[in-house]
Amino acid sequence: MRFSAQLEARFERFLARYPQRRSALIPMLLYAQDEVGWLSPEVIAEIAGRLDLSVVEVESVISYYSMLRRRPAGKYHIQVCTNISCMLREAEPLFEHAREKLGIEPGEITEDGLFSLEEVECLGACSWAPAVQVNYDFHHEMTPEKLGALVDRLREKRP
Amino acid sequence: MTAAPGTLLIEAARRAGIEIPAFCYYPGLSLQAACRMCLVEIEKAPKLQTACTVPVSEGMVVRTNTPKVHDARRSMLEFLLTNHPLDCPVCDKGGECELQDMVFRYGASFSRFREEKRHTDEEKWSPVVYYDGPRCILCYRCVRVCNEGMDVSALAIVNRGGRTLIGPNAGGHLDCEQCGMCIDICPVGALTSGSYRHQARPWELHYVPTICTHCGDGCKTTLSVRNNRVLRGNNRDQSGINGEFLCIKGRYAFDFLHHPERLTQPLVRQEGKLVPATWAQALRAVAARFRQLLEQGSAFGIIGSNHAGNETAYLLQKFARAGLRTNNIDHHRTADYAALIAALARSGVRPADRLAGSRDLLTARAVLLIGNNPTEQHPLLAWNMRTNVRLNKGRLYVVNHRAIKLERQATATLRIEEGRAGALLDFLAGQTTAGQPPALQPWNEFRDRLRAESDLLVVFGDEIKGDGIARLVAFGNTLGGVTRYIALGDYNNSRGASDMGLLPGSLPGYAPVEDAVVRARFEAEWNVTLPPGPGLALDEMIAAAGDGRLGALYVVGANPLKRYNLNAGSSFLVVQDMFLTETARQADVVLPAAAVYEVNGTVTNTCGELQRIRQALGTNGPRADLEIIGLIAKETGISLGPVGSEEVFDEIRRLVNGYNVAMAGLAAGEAVPTAPADGRDASLGRPDLVHSSGDTLFTSGTLGQYSDMLEAVRRH
Amino acid sequence: MAHPLEVRIISRRFGLPNSASIDTFLAHQGYEALRKALKMTPEAIIEEMKKSALRGRGGAGFPAGLKWGFVPRQSPRPRYVVCNADEGEPGTCKDRPLMEYDPHQLIEGILIAGLAVDSHQGFIYIRGEYRYLIDIMDRAIEEARGRGFLGKNILGSGFDFELATHTGAGSYECGEESALLESLEGKRGVPRIRPPFPAVAGLYQCPTVLNNVETYAAVPAIILNGGDWYHKLGTPKNGGTRLFALSGHVSRPGVYELPLGMPLRQMIYEVGGGIRGGRQLKAVIPGGSSTPVLTPEHLDVPMDFDSVAKAGSFLGSGGVIVMDEDTCMVKVALRLTEFYQHESCGWCLPCREGTLWLRKLLARFHAGAGVNADIGRAGELAENMLGHTFCPLGDAAAMPVISIVKQFRHEFEQHLNGRCPFEAKGARA
Ligand SMILES: Cc1cc2nc3c(=O)[nH]c(=O)nc-3n(C[C@H](O)[C@H](O)[C@H](O)COP(=O)(O)O)c2cc1C
Ligand code: SF4
Ligand code: SF4
Ligand code: SF4
Ligand code: FES
Ligand code: FES
Repeated sequence: MRFSAQLEARFERFLARYPQRRSALIPMLLYAQDEVGWLSPEVIAEIAGRLDLSVVEVESVISYYSMLRRRPAGKYHIQVCTNISCMLREAEPLFEHAREKLGIEPGEITEDGLFSLEEVECLGACSWAPAVQVNYDFHHEMTPEKLGALVDRLREKRP
Repeated sequence: MTAAPGTLLIEAARRAGIEIPAFCYYPGLSLQAACRMCLVEIEKAPKLQTACTVPVSEGMVVRTNTPKVHDARRSMLEFLLTNHPLDCPVCDKGGECELQDMVFRYGASFSRFREEKRHTDEEKWSPVVYYDGPRCILCYRCVRVCNEGMDVSALAIVNRGGRTLIGPNAGGHLDCEQCGMCIDICPVGALTSGSYRHQARPWELHYVPTICTHCGDGCKTTLSVRNNRVLRGNNRDQSGINGEFLCIKGRYAFDFLHHPERLTQPLVRQEGKLVPATWAQALRAVAARFRQLLEQGSAFGIIGSNHAGNETAYLLQKFARAGLRTNNIDHHRTADYAALIAALARSGVRPADRLAGSRDLLTARAVLLIGNNPTEQHPLLAWNMRTNVRLNKGRLYVVNHRAIKLERQATATLRIEEGRAGALLDFLAGQTTAGQPPALQPWNEFRDRLRAESDLLVVFGDEIKGDGIARLVAFGNTLGGVTRYIALGDYNNSRGASDMGLLPGSLPGYAPVEDAVVRARFEAEWNVTLPPGPGLALDEMIAAAGDGRLGALYVVGANPLKRYNLNAGSSFLVVQDMFLTETARQADVVLPAAAVYEVNGTVTNTCGELQRIRQALGTNGPRADLEIIGLIAKETGISLGPVGSEEVFDEIRRLVNGYNVAMAGLAAGEAVPTAPADGRDASLGRPDLVHSSGDTLFTSGTLGQYSDMLEAVRRH
Repeated sequence: MAHPLEVRIISRRFGLPNSASIDTFLAHQGYEALRKALKMTPEAIIEEMKKSALRGRGGAGFPAGLKWGFVPRQSPRPRYVVCNADEGEPGTCKDRPLMEYDPHQLIEGILIAGLAVDSHQGFIYIRGEYRYLIDIMDRAIEEARGRGFLGKNILGSGFDFELATHTGAGSYECGEESALLESLEGKRGVPRIRPPFPAVAGLYQCPTVLNNVETYAAVPAIILNGGDWYHKLGTPKNGGTRLFALSGHVSRPGVYELPLGMPLRQMIYEVGGGIRGGRQLKAVIPGGSSTPVLTPEHLDVPMDFDSVAKAGSFLGSGGVIVMDEDTCMVKVALRLTEFYQHESCGWCLPCREGTLWLRKLLARFHAGAGVNADIGRAGELAENMLGHTFCPLGDAAAMPVISIVKQFRHEFEQHLNGRCPFEAKGARA
């Protein structure tokens, strides 16, 4: 299996970066997931093969890290932090709002494939709470209104 | 209390008789510090410390018996029990569970956990291995024994935190050696075996330690028996040469015993068909024909077994030589033991000093492995070689014509073309280094490395036989220290068959039949005159039987017609076996024989270690080989002397070179080294007859075809 | 964002136009410390670090100079410098601005550490969620290489040093140093048995210096101005300033660079602008979620490692989480426990099972299905974990719960009549 030329180039850089190849595993998995959308069995087998690892070794690693997914997610993966600092700043109603607005439960994908939802642990934005991440983009000091507008904006961006 | 520097606290305490509880600590496997059962108080340390990771040091003050330590243990057990099912009475491990024992010993309250337990379904990973997640205490022993001990790495830890489980390598299934090591090392009932699970409770069983009937390594396996059925094999007490080790065959391939095709009645050919007969009828038929042939002066041929015990082998050759007056006796030779002993003797060393034991592979500083694929063919010896490299820093050198798995542990590997082993040996033994073609560069390097070693232990397969062995010994003699050897033969008593004289040219103990002095000794003992010249070898016997030169061919526990063709309707063929094998199907009389697990006696493994086999089951129909031979002899009118296994063994001790072993160790279930040969040359010839069956982990010659477990695993 | 009480050393370039670019950096003393350090001996660098009394900013507060001194420089094996940018401790968000606004300061600090232990390769382990910071750091590394501050023969000195980022993939435990190294080696983030410590056997079993982002970020100023100068900014045993992340119910949450030893009261009421909506203070977690809660009686505690420890908590990662009178402390205990349960690597029994049990118990309790015995049991469970786990995550999970049960028992009791008294009041938390 081939990845995009860009990703292949990135893999090359990863492999050149470390004294031991295996160190490239987690970066390769995460960036492959970014491109493919999830860690499909083909992706896992491919990366395992490139690093001379067995599939179960790779699966063992994947299942440890919460960002690595073995199921597809929406095009926009909405992650709402409800940890302590965000909770103190009303993250829970925010999360409830996201559920209602998107009409999905955490772990589900909207029918149009655009959104998925996850309640996450501290994102490192505690002083700008509550925090939401959409894919890798941070959104600080979120309110239900701001989140609603964001979702609408993303929905419209659809080609 | 004193201990060597670097000794782990837990070990030092154990040696001093102080038990520190542990789940994740397992001697010989990497340290985990995961179960926290071994917490102890160490003076000056602010927190409790894990005794399984802290090495002892001078003046260290450790307390293992304080309220703090007890509280910690109790709370660890309480944590363990929160998500563990409390249905010990239906758990497979009930009665032999380390968790149960610990709770009994150290106490824990069961009742404080009021929350919902985690649940996952039990999973079948292979015909051999089942996993019940909720019972798993995540000690990681299984993962480590598979990674580190087996070098298979089929198991991994999956998920994290409270959802952590053990997972198999092939998408919910196990693609592995199916050795069951993970199952037996599991302290609880999380991993269970397909053959035993939900079959019985440990306390209803009757335990019989005996020796595995498959490969030539001679692992001890303890059979658990109930109602005359073997339900499992294991080596829980870690006695025997194999310690904790057993492969799939030792652990699970006992099921041939209960195979539906097992012969239970003698069969006699009538009008071209084999029909059931009584023992009396069958024995009479055999004896009548044997008597008649003896009177006519017809020749006999006898083919013996690689599986049956030493007593059977010995008595069979005695029957052949003293009773049927022939040296036409042989067996499927899988290693050229005779040539090794002869070559050593001829080179001026005492063979007994140069033949290594299986456990020597654990400690040898350097091992040279030529040919064979021990991972498949000699699982215990492969385990020992791996363990040596892993724990004792031994160096392994591998020569083979194909890639074998043990190369992964090798310090150096040399790939040669098939059939070039002899040339390599000449090269290794030679003194020249100059002027070699560049292609020989790897040979040069390899030789240099070997020459830098001393006390080499050479292990070799059937690639080296006959004169090749003499060349090997010549090479060994060029090295420093004491070079020792192990010849690899296939089955549980391949070595014994050879030692007992199931060979056309040698009496028991490799005494040449031509040698009048030794012959005289046996003649005096047996009160007969023995045939003075070598008899026919295995293929010659079959050819002779085919063209009518033999009056009868008597095959005991062997299946030569799987490999050789016998012209139909030639000589009288008597076959003694457990199953209607290719050979038995052509027989005139088939006598149902007991299996090794159904008899008492001894076997000798490929390293020459003698061990007792013990009867685990009674038979209803089949009879012990020893008994059958005795009955045939008696019916034929031949006196063989006493034919009980103990009496025959006494005779072996008395008459067979190298077998005059001390009885105490043997009786205690130990492996006793034999010390064969006194330096005379048993001119055996026919190295072409020496060949290994090349069994894999999941085959075991003809016998393996009748193990449903092996069959299931092959299909899996 | 700036506050007059701030003493801006490591944050002094925050807010400059284009602050992340190498040109801005160079215009403001950038890489001058490196130039200076290139002329110093490793011993002299370590000596300066020791004088600074700089204590690790990742949480444990171990003196950085001492740690660097443990690295066997003569070892035949390569030595590595690793920067911990995993920033996962709830309440902590200070490494982010350091990388976002001043990536070169961090690179410079890492380079100086490399000089001090004679290392030629560094890695910055950045949590996976901080992808934009990985991109910023990668760009900065390229810039630095382009200008000769990284790579072969740096500034003609003969010193070679390579630096690369490495992404995490979602695991708080990977912030623990030995788990981080495992993760950097491509494995599950399970901690290692220690000793040996990373200084002796770290990345690829080679000697390794491992520090937090903020720790490295402080190095250039120390080298430039001297250890004594830095030391005097703080208290005797707690040199310098640090970034405090104020979060929760303060009026002006944010990341502020403050001298060590500033009283908690001043931090909350002056820097943070007091409690939102003029409400009363109920509790403060002073050093990230892993540290025991303090109460209003502790308001005069100086915020340095030793004083906070004396008050029964820890300064930890400098994440000051402020909670007002309407906060349900049972809920706080539950949410923190959920976090630790989610993040427990699962390796060791007491943490794996203890956090799970505690979470289930507290969830039931908070939902109103608790009984009196549960209160003591929650504390006992946490006590049974404390000090018994393989790595400090287990302690981190236990300590806040123990302190909350102890100091807010009455709030637990208020839950015994079947519901959360605070939710009844309409306050979610
Ligand atoms: C569970 C756990 C999580 C941690 N997370 C972080 C982290 O995100 N960032 C960090 O710098 N240190 C973290 N630490 C502390 C590190 O183990 C280590 O002490 C620190 O990175 C050393 O750097 P310093 O001396 O500069 O503080 C964590 C420790 C534990 C036990
Ligand atoms: S049966 Fe043997 S090879 Fe298979 S997983 Fe268990 S230990 Fe590993
Ligand atoms: S399956 Fe058994 S051996 Fe393996 S981790 Fe679980 S309890 Fe330990
Ligand atoms: S305390 Fe134990 S289970 Fe928890 S994170 Fe540390 S090692 Fe893992
Ligand atoms: S608690 Fe939400 S970002 Fe830290
Ligand atoms: S035996 Fe020491 S922690 Fe498990």
